[in-house]
Amino acid sequence: MSAVESTDVLVIGSGFGGAIAAYHLAAGGARVVVLERGPWLEADEFDHDFKLGASYTRIFDFTIGDGMSVLSGNCVGGGSVVYFATMPRAPRFVFERQGSLGRRMWPAAIDRDSLDPWYDRVSQALPVTQQSWEKIPYGGGLWAAACDHAGRTANPAPSAVDVSLCTNCNWMAAGCKFDAKRSLLLNYLPGATAHGAQIRPLHEVQKLTRNDDGGYRVHYRIVDDEDYRVLHDAGAIDAKIVILAAGTAATPVILQRSEDDLGPMPYAVGRYFSGNGERLNNAVFDDDRVREVLGLSRPGGAAYEAYQIGRGPTVASWDKLDGSLPEFERYSLEQLYFPPGLGTILAQAPGVDGPAWYGVPKKELLQQWKSWLTIFTMSEDDNEGVFGPPPPTGNANRFSQQMLGHNSLQYRPTANTLRGWALSDADVKDILERDGLAKVAPWTNDLVGAYTVHPLASCRIGDDPRTSALDDGHELRGHPGIFVTDGSAVPGALTVNPALTISALAERAMPGIVEAARRRGVPVQYTGSLPSDVTPARAPALPRA
Amino acid sequence: MQPDPPELDATSIMTLEAFADTIIPGEKRFPDDVAVAGASAGGGAVAAGALELLSHPAGGLAESLDGLSQMLNLHAMLYANERGLALDEALPSFVALPFAARTELVAQLTHPEHPEKPLWVGLALFSNMAFDSAAHLPTLEALAAKHPGLTAMGYAQPDPDGVWRFPDSSYGRPLARIHPNTTSTGSPA
Repeated sequence: MSAVESTDVLVIGSGFGGAIAAYHLAAGGARVVVLERGPWLEADEFDHDFKLGASYTRIFDFTIGDGMSVLSGNCVGGGSVVYFATMPRAPRFVFERQGSLGRRMWPAAIDRDSLDPWYDRVSQALPVTQQSWEKIPYGGGLWAAACDHAGRTANPAPSAVDVSLCTNCNWMAAGCKFDAKRSLLLNYLPGATAHGAQIRPLHEVQKLTRNDDGGYRVHYRIVDDEDYRVLHDAGAIDAKIVILAAGTAATPVILQRSEDDLGPMPYAVGRYFSGNGERLNNAVFDDDRVREVLGLSRPGGAAYEAYQIGRGPTVASWDKLDGSLPEFERYSLEQLYFPPGLGTILAQAPGVDGPAWYGVPKKELLQQWKSWLTIFTMSEDDNEGVFGPPPPTGNANRFSQQMLGHNSLQYRPTANTLRGWALSDADVKDILERDGLAKVAPWTNDLVGAYTVHPLASCRIGDDPRTSALDDGHELRGHPGIFVTDGSAVPGALTVNPALTISALAERAMPGIVEAARRRGVPVQYTGSLPSDVTPARAPALPRA
Repeated sequence: MQPDPPELDATSIMTLEAFADTIIPGEKRFPDDVAVAGASAGGGAVAAGALELLSHPAGGLAESLDGLSQMLNLHAMLYANERGLALDEALPSFVALPFAARTELVAQLTHPEHPEKPLWVGLALFSNMAFDSAAHLPTLEALAAKHPGLTAMGYAQPDPDGVWRFPDSSYGRPLARIHPNTTSTGSPA
């Protein structure tokens, strides 16, 4: 091992939770080092290519657990680089949820009103903008028209995409080569580096140990830049405070692996995982019925046949986001494009008696791919996920050179979660099968369990030490100076896309984290600035550390 | 540097082709093709390059393929014995199964309670990926060569610079009433 470096603040992970913390602490004068497990790619390195080894597999992780699979970012910028940039605020009732606790699961200090100013800040920084019907891609328009036909409402969802730059190529899961998606590579991260923060890609943190001065030593391995199964040199950095934002599927694993050195972890570390109640249904539209029933048509003659065109989800139906409905029966339904290769093996042919995810019916389903529309349910699950013992390194036993691995997560959906999924399945079927518009079938959970692109709550905030790992300032209970600001801190499912809420919570936590750093002797202050104040709207290429 | 994929013997190749053909079936490549059952017109996973993708060193399955082939043939033999099916002994057992039996055996092997499920789901995942994304090939090359999967799906051609852009993308008008409790920022209240 080389000589141990030291810094004021060590940030683990460069997604929303890490980037926001790195920006504010660096802007306030602290020495900040960010360790990111994945590679550092920029716009011209994002490929339109499904080949193994292209950006699609370099920056994405798909880890399979027992009953739950998790998709997540694996690159500088984390989820913001691979996500679809849909950024609604969580509805008011979400903050009053009890789950199965029998009491409110969020800290008393947080509700929608108290979080709104922090939502505002993130919305300004990225920025997040409202979308207009005039630019809604065909898939979103089709979903809206079908909802309207069924007497439902539908909304263009707020988005962190600059539509004036977007080509509707639907390659955004491989990174946006047009910089239309306002990822963290364009705001918080260049803001942080402009203030001296160092970002080190391909550094995978394995564990933390405590130093005699009350600070922490962060131990990492260098990850091979092509074969992520291969780890190279080890190193360590001392820091006065640590911000843990490795992602919901990795943060608790690092803490589990650190327990021998740091002492017992709060009970909630690695428990109460939520998949955001996510589930997919796949519809295949009859183009003639789309024209006749909905009155839609495109130049060239087709009514729809446009699954490939767009920018992920753009239109959501929020009719079931009704606080007067019973808990576990509220959900949003969002139109989605799911790219081939990653999960489409799970799509099932509708109306088939027998195996529907493979064989002749599946091939026939794929032959109708242009007429697909995927509908994404985000509901209220029961925080039933639990992480088992950590793997030797990282957060998964990597199977492929990139992307695929097996994690230690166990998830057995409760009757509450299953009820929400069944209600949403029936709802989607009711909306889309009316008047012969489409045929619908859910994706199967039999192959890789349920699946989520929005993992949450595995190291959550709360007021009750028995059911939350963090206090309402995001500090790890019993381990002062360790803060968690990623999706793992969110108490439970949000019924909508969570990135804006994760970010708003991170922004909210920052004044307190800055104050904690000051108490530990770090010369830092909370400036309240935003990265747009210090970097141009279109940031230049980031300097490499 | 990628290591060369391991050489597979003829039995393994036929067996894995028959498995991939069960996931996404295709037409026989030649009259006495026994691996591809011919259950569907047009190319399936095998024509799409399933063996090339399964053998790709980046995937993680290449070193296990001979073993998987042996296990699959053992399962096929047990399946046939249980049902009193007589198999052509000149063929690997899985290849000797009729298409409907291959389909049923894959259902058993990928059932949530099957102890080997992760292995067979992995094999199925890559077989499907060969067809629906041609992940062993640069996508531009796959499209230029009329890859059977991408072609069957109607995957659009890119612009001349190899990048996808869809200037024709929207119906361009409101198509639903928005939710009455939408806030001024466009979010749910």
